[in-house]
Order: sequence, then structure tokens, then C-alpha cells
Amino acid sequence: MDTESTYSGYSHYSGRSRGSHRHGERSRDRHKTRSKDSRSEKSVTINTPPAEPLLGDSSVQVQDDNWGETTTAVTGTSEHSLSQEDIVRITKDLEDSVGLDCRRYVTRAVAVILGLLVFFTPLAFLVLPHILWPEKLQSCGTACEGLFISVAFKLLILLLAVWALFFRPARASLPRVFVFRILLAVLVFLFVVSYWLFYSVRILDAQDENYQGIVQYAVSLVDALLFIHYLAIVLLELRQLQPCFSVCVMRSTDGETRHYNLGQLSIQRAALAIIEHYYCDFPIHNPALLSASKSRAAKHLAGLKVYNVDGEFPAGPAEGPGNNAAAGIAQSQSRAMIAAAARRRDTSHNELYYEEAEHERRVRKRKARLVVAVEEAFTHIKRMQEEEPKKAPGDVMDPREAAQAIFPSMARALQKYLRTTKQQHCHSMESIQQHLAFCITNNMTPKAFLESYLMPGPTLQYGKDHWLGRRWTLISEVSVTSGLKDGSVFLLKCVDFSLVVTSKKIPYIQMTEEYIDPKSHKFVLRLQSETSV
Amino acid sequence: MSFVPGQPVTAVVQRIEIQKLCQGENLILGFSIGGGIDQDPGQNPFSEDKSDKGIYVTRITPGGPAEVAGLRMGDKIMQVNGWDMTMVTHDQARKKLTNKREDVVRLLITRRSLEEVVKQSKGKSPQTVIEGHRATQGQQRTKHFHNC
Repeated sequence: MDTESTYSGYSHYSGRSRGSHRHGERSRDRHKTRSKDSRSEKSVTINTPPAEPLLGDSSVQVQDDNWGETTTAVTGTSEHSLSQEDIVRITKDLEDSVGLDCRRYVTRAVAVILGLLVFFTPLAFLVLPHILWPEKLQSCGTACEGLFISVAFKLLILLLAVWALFFRPARASLPRVFVFRILLAVLVFLFVVSYWLFYSVRILDAQDENYQGIVQYAVSLVDALLFIHYLAIVLLELRQLQPCFSVCVMRSTDGETRHYNLGQLSIQRAALAIIEHYYCDFPIHNPALLSASKSRAAKHLAGLKVYNVDGEFPAGPAEGPGNNAAAGIAQSQSRAMIAAAARRRDTSHNELYYEEAEHERRVRKRKARLVVAVEEAFTHIKRMQEEEPKKAPGDVMDPREAAQAIFPSMARALQKYLRTTKQQHCHSMESIQQHLAFCITNNMTPKAFLESYLMPGPTLQYGKDHWLGRRWTLISEVSVTSGLKDGSVFLLKCVDFSLVVTSKKIPYIQMTEEYIDPKSHKFVLRLQSETSV
Repeated sequence: MSFVPGQPVTAVVQRIEIQKLCQGENLILGFSIGGGIDQDPGQNPFSEDKSDKGIYVTRITPGGPAEVAGLRMGDKIMQVNGWDMTMVTHDQARKKLTNKREDVVRLLITRRSLEEVVKQSKGKSPQTVIEGHRATQGQQRTKHFHNC
């Protein structure tokens, strides 16, 4: 779906010098914002450097080894990222927005051009001498023809390798460009251009007759492209595999915390990894559970009211401790309120204790009723054996009908339980029946059926409407293309809550060895008796 | 109280005589012993030298015959009725102390405070030393022990 997030960063000229940080980021996210793509709802979109599947419509021949980064290599992205935000503000539905399509097409076109250039260059090197000075050319001997085969296969391998590395559907759209991709694109471009220069000057102008030399030159180009592809693999894939940092992710509303290990990544890439983990690991965010503490907090100061008795001079509150030494009105008022609140004989902790005990008792009672109801419901149906004589068609049910048949007997108990644990908005009637049919089909016990209602599961477990269309905003004090460092902190803000992420570096480990002779393991008994005489 | 193997051991000892008390069919002395050459000397809390495998008094029953006679916790028993206690196993020591046919045990015990008293009084004249000794409860002798 839509996926855009307002990116709050700073200068939008990301493609420039910022890009040349040591820890650049790498990612090849293509972001498909088309509606037909069902995967986009990862919607972690954060603005993208659209790396669209380059070869959406182009022919298969394009094999450039870095078509991903060309999309981001366009400096236009930097300007576009700003205009992107404007568009995001105007239209919610990105798929219809013109700006994103424009950006995607531009980047796609550039990538295609670079890819075609790179692919056809060796072929051009080989073919041009035959076209321009065929009579002067030496005939191609055996070794030379052998090199043709080598060129052909290397190009094929390059094509497959590029397809494997870059040809993947986008997982997300991120706010800034990927530095490594830009670097690789620039490198490839310079490389090819320099080869062309050399070729045109030394071979085309001089009309060299040694065809074998020309073929070898083309082979060296393809070899070098393969090495650049190897460099791409190392920079984009291998570098981030080894864990270097331990990040602590905490949800701001209820304090749910997880720890993950990440490699050397840029902040935006790390944010993407964390959000993906979030969907899989964190229990679903339930705003209904937070209302209790808020009401308690509100009650604390509800009994106090501040009156200004002497005009502009601050006076104490109604219960006044009489402390008027503060400078500003607000300061003295708040201090007075704090003092009064502290002085008050507060019994809210008592209420909390009894309330929690009562709630727990209620939950357990409802749970017991629920378990009994479900177990009883499950006894009403059984799987029909093949050998049984055929029953009347009215008796034989498919799982969906069976679920609908036994659902009413447990519906009430389940609903009451969900209400008590404040989960009723997470499960719709339809989803419960579907789950019941699923459990019946797979021969699950009542306990297995109930498990998904007794414990809150990860966000992905619930229906799509709970996590679909979530927009995440990355809030960071340093540039998001810079790498993760020890002690870096950033926020991932969602509509209801935010995730606070802090990172710590895994320390340098110094290990020494110590040799123990296996014969040195010897033992004696320790005796110590005490006898009374 | 440490010793060099093969050399005679010198210690300042106090003679203590304990009358066994009849409790039912047992004759008890009212203290507990620990140590012995078959025990782990490192666990002895009372010894100065943690390789000392002698027999030590680890507990005294309050009001029992041992306490009355002047035995104190942490004393090292050097002799029991003439039998040497510096190089015996724990069980041998127990047997020497609980002989049913004897109702009196005469112990030679040593403790650190005895050594210190002697050291202090060595500075004075021999005459006063003897008087000082006689004044204490038991008789203090300097004894030579030969250890094989």
C-alpha cells in the first residue's frame, strides 16, 4: 500500500559528500508501490530511493551489475526527496501520486541505460573492428575463437549474478540513497568509460589489426566487471553479516524491550531491520491496557487546585504548604502542587494493589470458564472416518461449517474473556471462526485453539488491518546514512507509539590460551570430623 | 606449634586433669576434638600453622568436666594419659580419650597464650618466672617431644 513516511532529516543533498562516509549503507530496496504488489504492505516505507525492478519491461539482456544503485545514483533523488514530502502531505495514496512514479521512472531509465551500456560494450569491442576495417583485420585463430566462448560464458554468468544480487523485490522504501550503490554505479561507469576511451584512441584511431589483442581486451573488460560484481557482493551483502552491535529496542508506551544483534549498517538500514524484527517479535500494541495508569496519574493531582490569591504574586494552593520562595509563578505553583501532593495521605497504592488482585482473579475465573466451554464444544464434532457408512449429506460438514456449528457454544465465554483482558478489538468474529476452522482441519486440541487468545502474539499474527498501512518515521540526530556507532540513539515513530533504539558496540575480545595437562587432574578426599568425647 | 619433621618439638604445655562424668552408661568428658593425621589440616580454625595435624579441642560443653578443669576451645592436646597425641589418627585419639576403664584423663595441652606468657616472662629473672608459673592454675612445664 502506501508507504511513505515523512522523513525528518536535514539537508536533502544526501547524494553528495554525506554519501562518502565510511559506513555507508547498502540496501537494495526496491519499493513497489503498485497496488498489485501484496508485499508492499510491509509499508515500512520511508520514502524511497526507488529501486524498481529495473527490468520491469526491458528485455532480459540487461545485465548490469549495479542496476540497483543507478536508481539512487541520480542526484535527482536528493531534490526529489524534498518534493516527495510535499506530495506525501498532499496525497495519502502514493500509488496515484505522480511524483513517485516520476522518480521511479527516471531512476529506472538511468539504470536501464547503464545496464545496456555495460552489457553491450564488450560486444561492441568485438564487433566494431569487423565493421570498420574488415580487410586489414587478421583472421581469428583457434585461441582467439576460444576466447569468444569465454566471453560468452562470462557474460552469461555476469547476467545471472546481477539478476541474483539485484533483482529482488523491494522490501521497503527508505529515506535516503544508498551510498554503496552510488559508489558502485559510479565506479562501473568510470570503468566502462575509461575502457571506451582507451579503445577509441588506441584501437579505433590506429585501426589495430591484431584481432586477438582486441578480443583479449574485451575479455579483460568482462573479467573486471565480474570482479566489480564481487565487490558489490562484499559491500552490499557480506559486510553486514557479522554482528558488531547489540541494539536495545524499547517500545515507549509499555516498555516492551528486545535486544538484537546487527552488523555494520547505516542507521536507516538498521532501522529497517529493527522494524522487520518488530513485526515478528514484539507482542501487539494494545492501547487499552495503558488507560489504567493514565487515570491513576490524573487522579494524583485532581484534588489540588491552584488559586492566585494576591493578584500576580503566586500564592500556595488550597492546601498550601506556604512555600512562596520560588521565582516564577509557574515554578512556584508546580512546586507547591508537588509538595501538597506529597503531603497528602496517598492511598492510591492500596487501590492499585487491590484492583490488580481483583482483576487477576476475574481473568482467571473467565479463563476457567472459557477453557471448559471450548473443551466441551470440541467434543461435539469429530472427524468422519472413511470407512463409516455414508451419512446423509446434511450431516457431513466441511471445516467451515463445523466451526460455525460449534462456535455459538463458546462464543459468549470467549467474548467475555477477551473483554476482560481488553483484547476484543484484536479479534473479530470472522477471524475467530476462521481460526476455529483452521484448528479443526489440523486436528488441534482445544488448548491449541485457545493459545492464540490467551497470550498476545506478535503483530503479524493478527489481521492485516492491524499493521497494514503503518507509516514509520525515523528520527535521528545524526545523518541516517551514517553508520551505527556505539551509543547511537534514534527513534522510530509510529502513529500510536515509538520505538527507542540504542546501540552498543560488542567489545573487542582479547583471548589467551592456557594448556592443562590431562594428567594433572588429581583429587584427594577432604576429611574433617569432629568427635565428642 | 609448627614442627620440622625429624626435629624435636618444643612447646609450653599445661597439665589438665579431667574427671569423667557418668551420664547413664557413658562416661563423658564434655568436649569435642578435631584433627588427626588422616584429616585435612587446612580446615582447622584453631591451628596457627595450617599443616598442623594435631588434635585440637573444637567445642567445650558449658559447665562440663572439661570446662571445669580448665580446658579451653582451641587447645591442642599433646598427650593423653601419657599417650602421644601429636601424630595419631582421629580415631586413635578418640579411643585414647574414651577408654571405659579410666575415669580420669590427664591431658597435656598447649595454646598460643602460654607461649606468649613465657616469652614475656623470659625477660625477667628466672626466679620470678618460676613464681609466675606456680601462680597459674595448672602446672606449666616445658617439654620436649620427639617426633619420628
